[in-house]
Amino acid sequence: MKNKKISGAEAVIHCLLNEGVDLVWGYPGGAIMPVYDEFYKFQDKLKHVLARHEQGAIHAAQGYARSSGRVGVAIATSGPGATNLVTGIADAQIDSTPVVCITGQVPSHLLGSDAFQETDIIGISMPVTKWNYQITRASEIPEIFAKAFYIAKSGRPGPVLIDITKDAQFELCKYAYKKCDGIRSYFPYPVINNDSIDSAVALINKAKKPFIVWGQGVILGKAEEEFKDFVEKSGIPAAWTILGLSALPTSHELNVGMVGMHGNYGPNILTNKCDLLIAIGMRFDDRVTGDPSTYASQAKIIHLEIDPAEVDKNIKVDVPVIGNCKESLKMITDKIDKRSHKKWISKFDDLMKIEFDKVIKSDLSPNKKGLTMGESIIAINDYTKGDAIIVTDVGQHQMVACRYANFIRSKSNITSGGLGTMGFALPAAMGAKMGAMDREVVAVIGDGGYQMTIQELGTIFQLQIPVKIVILNNDFLGMVRQWQQLFFDKRYASTEMINPDFVAIAKGYYIDSDRVEKRKDLKSAVKKMINSKKPYVLEICVEKEDNVFPMIPSGASVSDIRLN
Amino acid sequence: MEKRKNFTVSVYTENNVGLLHRISAIFLKRHINIESFTTSESEIKNVYRFIIVVKMTKSGIERVIKQIEKQVEVIKAFYHRDDETIFQESALYKMKSSSLFEERHIQNIIKDSNARIVTVNPEFFVIEKTGFRDDTEKLYKDLAPFGLLQFTRSGRIAVSKEKMGISEILNTFKNQN
Repeated sequence: MKNKKISGAEAVIHCLLNEGVDLVWGYPGGAIMPVYDEFYKFQDKLKHVLARHEQGAIHAAQGYARSSGRVGVAIATSGPGATNLVTGIADAQIDSTPVVCITGQVPSHLLGSDAFQETDIIGISMPVTKWNYQITRASEIPEIFAKAFYIAKSGRPGPVLIDITKDAQFELCKYAYKKCDGIRSYFPYPVINNDSIDSAVALINKAKKPFIVWGQGVILGKAEEEFKDFVEKSGIPAAWTILGLSALPTSHELNVGMVGMHGNYGPNILTNKCDLLIAIGMRFDDRVTGDPSTYASQAKIIHLEIDPAEVDKNIKVDVPVIGNCKESLKMITDKIDKRSHKKWISKFDDLMKIEFDKVIKSDLSPNKKGLTMGESIIAINDYTKGDAIIVTDVGQHQMVACRYANFIRSKSNITSGGLGTMGFALPAAMGAKMGAMDREVVAVIGDGGYQMTIQELGTIFQLQIPVKIVILNNDFLGMVRQWQQLFFDKRYASTEMINPDFVAIAKGYYIDSDRVEKRKDLKSAVKKMINSKKPYVLEICVEKEDNVFPMIPSGASVSDIRLN
Repeated sequence: MEKRKNFTVSVYTENNVGLLHRISAIFLKRHINIESFTTSESEIKNVYRFIIVVKMTKSGIERVIKQIEKQVEVIKAFYHRDDETIFQESALYKMKSSSLFEERHIQNIIKDSNARIVTVNPEFFVIEKTGFRDDTEKLYKDLAPFGLLQFTRSGRIAVSKEKMGISEILNTFKNQN
């Protein structure tokens, strides 16, 4: 192929194949048609899935990346095709998801002329991409694609966008691909400072009430084993952020639950009682810290983090350990003493008992008439044996699912954490399934978010992607309603929804579907869904005005967490 | 509350379309007004240097520098207080040529301020002055009463007293690959 000239569009396909891509998500249109023509020719080697909206395509690529650990690829045309990707790009940026987006662009001689479907997607996407680039000559394609994939997946991963003018897709070029293994201005893997390791070890060895909070960095760094070794040797209780969930099995004896706004009682209260906080691959999001001025202010803080920009960004730390936690965790584990902290851990147990009595009991074994979100999640646990990939949307159901879903394996909790993108779950679930065909994938979605990307039922039907979709329907935008109840004197402004017949809609897409309204039917309905080999939509009608507790009111201290 | 101070930010980058937008967006996202912004090729071929002046808190500028350095095509970013750099800016003053002859005082002002006449033609003449903000500002105030046709001031250019070591960073990369 060395001397033969090929079109830019064909070069795009070869680049994807050279990067080991076998699946892309997208939506065609005028400015990207030459590439689509090549998808047609290469359909044996490279599968293209037609989403029903570009937002669906990128969320699917995100779900694919999160379940498989590979780079997700989304492709769209210029103008509205490109702008429809933006929400997903922003979501991938804030949740560090490796995604490569390819957009078509008007021919280079028309750039800036307000041509049909022209939009400055480079300018628009710049603040929400890790890197982006506009290709105007076919000869640039191999090098730019190699760079794009390298940047998307290395260091702290993130989204990258390549915009290709239509003339560059038609233009002929010589093709030679060389994978990128370094860029001189880019330092994705900072060298770990040995002194920082020693300082961390000293603090850990002398701590009396140490506490670990881990985030997605453990998963992105493929450091689950190293993390588990560290937790077990140090004997330190460990809590997760929403994106760190599933890196350590739910049942692990040192897993003490979730931190943050709707996290568990103990981990939040004891954040402000510990003498050492070890933050691993997390970024002190405001939903985790509450009021930063009071957050763990009594404790020394160690921060294991690959992105130097996250150190001291929200919370000042005492010992930053900058680098890949897969390495730094091992270095620390080798040097620390083996310890256990029984008395300290019993404090977590005591607070868990309080949370159980005041919150969990009524969530899971309710005496009220209507079904709860909590018991729905438990039913899913029962029939998936806690080994499903749970994909959640945003809102009450998301918090409840993360609180109650069981996990055995890593990369099993997929949700829109940082951006809080309603509409994420349905397309992300179909992507997650395609990224892990051997796993059971259950999407748990509220009635609000479901209707934001409901069109992807079309994609799921066409490809027969066997995802299980659970709608927890309370006929409300539940989380906003909860805030209205608590902070706006129950003025339910535009949060009540008169919903359509979700079962009929699923059936309109020829997808099996069922509805549960009564407690006695819940388990059998969930069982039937899990046993199905096909896509399935289960609508569970839950209490309309249930609230999610515990809760740290926005801006309050983590120790001011409320149980009701 | 932490006090805001003048900081000179120096950013060494690759030569890339759109990088200016990427860097300025970091300030925009934080609602920070940029006082001045200049860019040119640096002492190293194909490596560009941005000089940005902002008024910020020290903790704010520390965070922003890290966000700038995080950009893929940024080689290194620095921030300095005024006393840690040597800095200058230039100003151009365009006036009616007739005033040069009618108002003899103008010639004294030019001489006293160490400014320079760049060009003179029958309609107008142009004065150039390089120095600190106070110097160009004083000359502006002195000349304004005689009628300025146009006035423009450049962004700050600055070199640091400390070593920046960009070549070393680039050489390390070269040796690793």
